[in-house]
Amino acid sequence: MAGTLLEVDGLTKRFGGFTALHRVSLSVRAGERFGLIGPNGSGKTTLINCVSGALAADGGRILFEGRDITTLAAHRRTRLGIVRSFQIPKPFTSMTVRENLGIPLEYAAHARSPAGHADAEAAEILRTIGLEAKAHLRPAELTQIEMRKLELARAMAARPTLLISDEAMAGLSSVEVDDILALLFRLNEQGITIVMIEHIMRAVMRFSERVVVLDAGERIAEGTPAEIVRNPAVEKAYLGE
Amino acid sequence: MMARPARALLVGLAVVGAGIVVAALRVNQYVYFAGYVVLQYVVIATAWNILGGYAGYVNFGTPAFFALGAYTAVFLIQSTRAPLPVLILAGGLVSALLGLGIGYLTLRLRGVFFSIATLALSIVLQTMIINWEYVGGSRGLSVIRPSGPPFGSYVTFLFTVMVLLSVVAVTVARFIERSWIGRGLAALRDNEEAAECMGVPTLRLKLFATTVSGFLLGVAGAPFPYYVTFVEPNSAFNLDYAVNALAMPMIGGTTSWVGPVIGAVLLGTAQQLATVTISSEMNLFIVGVVLVAFVVLAPEGILGLVRRLRGR
Repeated sequence: MAGTLLEVDGLTKRFGGFTALHRVSLSVRAGERFGLIGPNGSGKTTLINCVSGALAADGGRILFEGRDITTLAAHRRTRLGIVRSFQIPKPFTSMTVRENLGIPLEYAAHARSPAGHADAEAAEILRTIGLEAKAHLRPAELTQIEMRKLELARAMAARPTLLISDEAMAGLSSVEVDDILALLFRLNEQGITIVMIEHIMRAVMRFSERVVVLDAGERIAEGTPAEIVRNPAVEKAYLGE
Repeated sequence: MMARPARALLVGLAVVGAGIVVAALRVNQYVYFAGYVVLQYVVIATAWNILGGYAGYVNFGTPAFFALGAYTAVFLIQSTRAPLPVLILAGGLVSALLGLGIGYLTLRLRGVFFSIATLALSIVLQTMIINWEYVGGSRGLSVIRPSGPPFGSYVTFLFTVMVLLSVVAVTVARFIERSWIGRGLAALRDNEEAAECMGVPTLRLKLFATTVSGFLLGVAGAPFPYYVTFVEPNSAFNLDYAVNALAMPMIGGTTSWVGPVIGAVLLGTAQQLATVTISSEMNLFIVGVVLVAFVVLAPEGILGLVRRLRGR
């Protein structure tokens, strides 16, 4: 069995009097396809924000490749290889698609490897993701799915070890969902560990090898997709009693 | 073909050379007097744009930085009669420190709240200066120019100094724009959260931008006491600086170093002409009208307009 890549240990996050995450622990193995689900407001995105460094945790520890990163700045975590995509795409609007990829290539990927062939690398990523024809357009000229693809392409350009995909498929048609899923499978085959946060059950259940369920800031279940579907606690969280 | 940096250096030297030639022409003194103001605005607009245009943090506190440069110079003239190069360097450094300070404000304040804070900063600083007798307080202070400038009259000399400072400011801005720093600033201007998540050290870049911008604004203000020979808070902290610093890059175009230069030369010259021919109160009126026109009709400034025309 492969080693642990990401370990979240007793993570707590409060917003004023509201506890968004209460002592949540989970571990993601290297090379794994990991699903994180839960009803709206269960703390999925908060957890991701804590792991990526956008939010500071109030308690607990986060370890990546055995190193404690709990207090590390977000851009440093990206350089270590933890890269996230955003639920609502956040492209660099004044730049072309190609230039959007240039930022992570320059700032994240090359901070680790001194290779300087950014153009070739960007072209290769755009080809993989199917955006090569749009390389010189600005984000405002892209369609919804192209925007999602750009979000993923930009994340790939940061050369992640761990890719956290935050609802990359919300609002897409079922053909488009399959499209993105195929892409994520391909990235995983290349050795990238993927954490998928998703509301589309069909997608997350098909994709994940292991699923953790959050509800009201606490971890209520963990298992294979088949186990999760049969878990009464999960059913209760989603549908009530 | 020459390497690009070498060519840029040559252009810079040519501009300085042209400045010296103009200074040597000894035309009507008023030309140098007015030219100084236009060039001063080239420095101010360029400095402002490093933070406002490249990084997207709109600074309304330009008078604070400019006046801090000027008053640092006043203090040094009063205490040590330090030579002009020392005044300029010291004015720049003190304003750079203030810039570093407002850089930390960006941790908590973004968008319009950052702008309001910088405006408040200007008022606070002005109040402090008004109450500091050593540098003239509210009554102001007469500054005596050093006797015997290196060449020409003192105004011609200051004009040449400002040519040099403009070239320095524009060179710095151009270098930042074309380097990895400029690309990182553009990313954080577009979306700070996404930039940070793509590996851009946003805080460090913002601190860099506020510090460099502050330094250059202070540099622009440092020769001011010798230029006006009478420094008082209302002129050093004049709101004109805040408005012009913002309007000139907006009119020229904020995404390139050329924009602020175009804006400063056009608007600065128009203001000087209006001051002589119509009235000194026409200044801000012109800025207001032109700025509104540009924001509505050409939000990307003259550069954007040119780009659009070429595209078709």
